[in-house]
Amino acid sequence: MRFNRFSRFNIKGGMTMGKTLAEKLWDSHVVRSAAGEPDLLYIDMHLVHEVTSPQAFEGLRLAGRPVHRPDLTLATEDHNTPTDYTLPLVGTSSIKDEVSRTQIEALRANCEEFGVTIYPMGDAEQGIVHVIGPQLGITQPGMTIVCGDSHTSTHGAFGALAFGIGTSQVEHVLATQTLPMDRPKTMAVTVNGPLSPGVTPKDVILAVIAKTGTGGGQGYMVEYRGSTFEAMTMEGRMTVCNMSIEWGARAGMIAPDQTTFDYVKGRDHAPRGAEWDAAVEYWTSLRTDDDAEFDAEITLDAADITPFVTWGTNPGQGAPLADIVPFPSAIDDASERAAAEKALEYMGLTAGTPLREIEVQTVFVGSCTNGRIEDLRAAADVIKGHKVADGVRMLVVPGSVRVRKQAEEEGLDKVFIEAGADWRQAGCSMCLGMNPDQLAPGERSASTSNRNFEGRQGKGGRTHLVSPLVAAATAITGHLASPADL
Amino acid sequence: MDKFTEHTGTAVPLRRSNVDTDQIIPAVYLKRITRTGFEDGLFNAWRTNEPDFVLNRPVYDGATILVAGPDFGTGSSREHAVWALHDYGFKVVISPRFADIFRGNSLKAGLLTVELAEKIVQRLWDDIEQDPTTQVTVDLVERQVRWSGEVHDFDLDDYSRWRLMEGLDDIGLTLRHTDAVAAYEQDRKPWLPTSTASVG
Repeated sequence: MRFNRFSRFNIKGGMTMGKTLAEKLWDSHVVRSAAGEPDLLYIDMHLVHEVTSPQAFEGLRLAGRPVHRPDLTLATEDHNTPTDYTLPLVGTSSIKDEVSRTQIEALRANCEEFGVTIYPMGDAEQGIVHVIGPQLGITQPGMTIVCGDSHTSTHGAFGALAFGIGTSQVEHVLATQTLPMDRPKTMAVTVNGPLSPGVTPKDVILAVIAKTGTGGGQGYMVEYRGSTFEAMTMEGRMTVCNMSIEWGARAGMIAPDQTTFDYVKGRDHAPRGAEWDAAVEYWTSLRTDDDAEFDAEITLDAADITPFVTWGTNPGQGAPLADIVPFPSAIDDASERAAAEKALEYMGLTAGTPLREIEVQTVFVGSCTNGRIEDLRAAADVIKGHKVADGVRMLVVPGSVRVRKQAEEEGLDKVFIEAGADWRQAGCSMCLGMNPDQLAPGERSASTSNRNFEGRQGKGGRTHLVSPLVAAATAITGHLASPADL
Repeated sequence: MDKFTEHTGTAVPLRRSNVDTDQIIPAVYLKRITRTGFEDGLFNAWRTNEPDFVLNRPVYDGATILVAGPDFGTGSSREHAVWALHDYGFKVVISPRFADIFRGNSLKAGLLTVELAEKIVQRLWDDIEQDPTTQVTVDLVERQVRWSGEVHDFDLDDYSRWRLMEGLDDIGLTLRHTDAVAAYEQDRKPWLPTSTASVG
């Protein structure tokens, strides 16, 4: 990776330098700034789920502190919720696992005690936290959005500053609606040109991560720029920003434009009337100034990007589908070479094997990365008229109840069911296997999710990250494939 | 939070890079709702499946300093990773490079993260493997790591260092600035959404 490093001068030749989008978002949320201390940032919306919040509420209770702005806090249940269509989603009796049930019950009790709005399992607005924010219009340009979840960067697709936080920071935001933070550096990832047919936003971000490695974005707020991102739908932009954390970036964002405004307009929590006009005027200013400088820049050519899959155990260990499982001996860097050797052993792969020959037993379509309506449409389009291969199970898990209902209105559920796939309820599901949707030891999946870590989808499970198109084609053929292979 | 000024103890060599938080503590342990008792989940897969894993080797019993390869703590933002390390008895983690969120979580919870150059980490690994009783001192006052005649400075910003040395809780610090927060809230854009009521 080549970084073009610039020294950070805000004043040059007596002229004030322009600002990047990230700097504008940051500066407009600074409550207090003092030399030698982190900036105190105001948080416009705090999203909460059942996994990273119980200890934060416990901390408030122990200290006798209230939630400062319950009206800027929104909770839902997603990580632990069962997705089995036959289960009743009322109460918590459908959750067999006792600790899963305890977490969900704790969230409900905490929300009631502290006056926080919650969309529980069974509610028409329930879903993965990063899917429901945008669909409600609660995610808007210019905001700061945090959640105790590293994929919070998803919301950056709207030109918001959005990032994941740890549980003690969750407690801090609950207590104060602010967060002390050092301002990260800024980076531009520029991709220009149209994507080839069959190439999706998921392939773009997997290619970026493979180029930079999992630590390449460390310490940066990243802005994705260029005609490739401008041409993407909001769903596609969310997929890109979602995986920013997978190459270490603190946040990922795309400047808001007409595509953004069209998506937000008319949603439940979107501004109306004169406020809408004022908002759009302000949002239009949220662009990197022409004379602003980034601390680092990376450029890719869209024409070079093809369907991309991972072969290893971190999202940076990926390659074009047309490639082979790499030879670790060809990797120069010693620790990367060792990591590749270890990954191939865990994944049960032999160097030199064409990626297309890798057979899978499970295909998972869903998650905050690729569980939105457009992703389900793309997968359904490929699978329509085909059958899921013998010996392969395919799980299709909508990102939210709204996505599920819309898919059912469009008949997508029938397409999947007729192909032999399993149509399920909304939630995080097999992305991280906290509910019963897990891989067995040694079982191999093609997954539209975001992490291929060891054991992520179940102890001993082997994950290949793919786009919804590759997932669907793989389900049909039983081995990693793209729609062009059908 | 306990005050941290200087710590001396034995160290464990974890010769692995890219140790992500799923390895530090698997997702299944995230289901608890308490703040303590996460030591049993620490590196659970490796401790279970690899008899020779460093933490299974009695020579490293009682060690309080973990010495890991680059990019320690990548992946999920789960703070349970810090709690698991802390509950197991670690006071310090040394690595050539930490993932941002993990590092932030650690410093706030009083677990000191120390970045040393990869070649120095290599030397430390070699030395503690040769003699697991090697006493390693991590001195926050001087921002130094010392062992067996080796002395290496490390960087840590003044603010984080001050908070660790004073054992100060973040929320208490911020609550000293409630006036500034209230003033900011007066000037927020009028159209910003709330979670309680939809506009239309």
